Amino acid sequence: MFENEKNSRLKFLKLSLVLGGTVAAGSLGFKRLLTKEEALKDAPICGGAYGANTMVFTTDGKVYKADPSKLHEVKMPPVSNDEARKGIPGKKFVMVIDLAKCDGCKKCTEACQAMHYTESEREWIKVFKMKGSKDTAPYYFPKPCFHCDNPPCTKVCPVNATFKRQDGIVLIDNERCIGCRSCMVACPYSTRFFNWSHPEQTPEVANAVYSPEQSYPRRMGTVEKCDFCPDMLRQGKMPACVTGCPMDVIYMGDQNEDAVTNGSGVTVKLSQLLEDNAAYRHLEELGTDPRVYYLPPKNRKYPTPSLNEKSGEGIEKKIKMDDMKM
Amino acid sequence: MIDSETKDLNNEIETLREDCLRPTRRWSTITILWVTFLVLVAGWGLGVYIYQLRHGLGVTAMRNYVSWGLYISTFVFFIGISHSGTLVSAILRITKQEWRRPITRSAELLTFVSLLFGGIMPIIDLGRPDRILNLVVHGRIQSPLIWDVICIMTYFTGSTVFLFLPMIPDLALCRDRLTDTKSLFGKFKKWLYTTLAMGWHGSSEQWHMLEKCMKIMTIIIIPIAVSVHTVVSYIFAMTLRAGWDSTVFGPYFVAGALYSGSAGVILGMAAFRKLYHLEKYITPRHFNLMGQIVLALTLIYAYLNLNEYWIPAYKMATTEGALLGDLFWGPYSKVFWVLQFGTVLLPIFVMSLPVGRKILPLSITCIIIVIGAWVKRYIIVVPTLLHPFMPIQEVPADWATYFPNWVEWSVTMACLAGIFLVITLFSKLFPMMAVWEVAEGIELDRDKKNAFELRKKREDGLLKNEGVATSKI
Repeated sequence: MFENEKNSRLKFLKLSLVLGGTVAAGSLGFKRLLTKEEALKDAPICGGAYGANTMVFTTDGKVYKADPSKLHEVKMPPVSNDEARKGIPGKKFVMVIDLAKCDGCKKCTEACQAMHYTESEREWIKVFKMKGSKDTAPYYFPKPCFHCDNPPCTKVCPVNATFKRQDGIVLIDNERCIGCRSCMVACPYSTRFFNWSHPEQTPEVANAVYSPEQSYPRRMGTVEKCDFCPDMLRQGKMPACVTGCPMDVIYMGDQNEDAVTNGSGVTVKLSQLLEDNAAYRHLEELGTDPRVYYLPPKNRKYPTPSLNEKSGEGIEKKIKMDDMKM
Repeated sequence: MIDSETKDLNNEIETLREDCLRPTRRWSTITILWVTFLVLVAGWGLGVYIYQLRHGLGVTAMRNYVSWGLYISTFVFFIGISHSGTLVSAILRITKQEWRRPITRSAELLTFVSLLFGGIMPIIDLGRPDRILNLVVHGRIQSPLIWDVICIMTYFTGSTVFLFLPMIPDLALCRDRLTDTKSLFGKFKKWLYTTLAMGWHGSSEQWHMLEKCMKIMTIIIIPIAVSVHTVVSYIFAMTLRAGWDSTVFGPYFVAGALYSGSAGVILGMAAFRKLYHLEKYITPRHFNLMGQIVLALTLIYAYLNLNEYWIPAYKMATTEGALLGDLFWGPYSKVFWVLQFGTVLLPIFVMSLPVGRKILPLSITCIIIVIGAWVKRYIIVVPTLLHPFMPIQEVPADWATYFPNWVEWSVTMACLAGIFLVITLFSKLFPMMAVWEVAEGIELDRDKKNAFELRKKREDGLLKNEGVATSKI
């Protein structure tokens, strides 16, 4: 009933390596070294006809004989689920978005969607057209997940499927999520999306081994959202939205290092950037303690967004703009 | 003299027993048709639910903004109705209201059934019901949803015991008076009654035990009931969302539950009185008294409504103000004002008049109250979700609106049919009045009358130091 997650699991017991001999076993640090004969004698046959001659190791160190034609390589997530729940040691990730530079081109959204194989209407980072009130200036407002330090979403999760990591990132484990959507109603920023139906994804994506750090393959009946690309961060690379932005609007970095870097690779001092630009956080009065800072849209380098004043599009009376010290 | 009175009393109790057992003895054509209808509705809903399981919640009208809809509204409504049993039964028991006797059973049954289906609603709403055991394996006590699970399970267990305990003597009565023991159904009934009566033979020791258990249950069920609707409100009130972020939500939900639940009891009373010819036992007096209770509860609910809306309406703060605008003069205004005037203020007016607490007008008022309470849940859940803090911009059109579609209606109506089905089947198997409690009431009445006459005679000087035994139960 619930897609083929069981199949893909069985399909290969998370086989990560296709090996012809046992030499590699030692170098990979398996506890016991096997001779080729020993291994071949005891190895159960899996996924092929009798007489299969390729040997495979599973991640838990078991040896199987298998038919090579039935094997396919699987990209393993960089870390285990336990590790993904802890976060990257010693880091405290932070994002800064410079509203003065954003021209609303939505390249960040596109880059994000390409990286996470997201459907087009699901914008993990969404560019809003904002206008505080009738007489204040309109501006573009890219909004990812704020990865709050006092996250309303993780508080209400009944099964710890969404969690806050020590590196500041809030993630979702879609292998545990029961789909109650408490986190969606709790999030004040409409950041979360639900997989209402069978997700449309290519077989390649659907068969990938899941990790909360890469957020795919997505599964029906579970929640997803912006994850700050922790799989990229782990490799020392920037998230898709940062590199995808042609205007260098988005900075990403580590608060512990007090440094953030933009898409062109320019690194600046975080505290200085926030200080010089009188940075603020969106809806500060809610007390959620976001990890995303905004630099006010002062001296904008782009034409103001066109707003359909009649229909009230973009004019958000609901949003308090008191926090904008312009 | 005494002998003939005892005979009268015995006759009266015998008639009572037969009146109560009669509905369990045969199935009329109408009953069979009614049950068939309910089974069809429930079966259709089950089929639609399986369809929803296969294709996901995307087959409902819910989308990313309105991610809770009719299912969760109905959950809150059913849990609200479940407060009836506790109120009428426990509170009236604890305050020793003699008139409660004929109506406790139906009230407790209503609690049991509405909790059963109320508890199912959030499971229907789950994206991954196959992972429901995660609630146990990975449960987090910090989550309001877990509070709900714990409180509802406790209340369900408690109210099942509360329904079952006073049924034991009646089950023994059913067992002893079962006439048809030959047919398959008769054999089933015999087995059912014998098992459930648990060897009750009415010894004084058993009576003592029963009374003790009832006393304990009566006391503990009240705080449990209050906790349930409080934590149901917490799944909303613990968020920052406009309209839900309210400190009055706990008592507001409890009051709303009591108001709709007690109205539900009156509807049950009216239905069983008519269908099972219990006019002799459930009298206009009962409706008058229950009407007064519903009136009192409606007043409390109206007061909390005032607090819930008037305080933020005075301030009209940002997002909350926009939400209130929708309710007061926007797309939801018609429903909102009909609810406030039609299902709260109008019932208060009607029930304040003695004529309004007569059986027919009171029943109509209670139908209005119950439907109003259901719609009110919807008005609490949905408009808030359409007023997030971030503007709704450039999203697919169906994300920005919500009205339940055929899938949600089918499944929800199936649950409603399930409630009626369980009540109907229950009433065809077990007496819908607590026979022994009503009998006890008749005896107490008689005793009181005797004692009164005795005192009168003594005062008149007709009796002098004469020991008179009064019949004891």
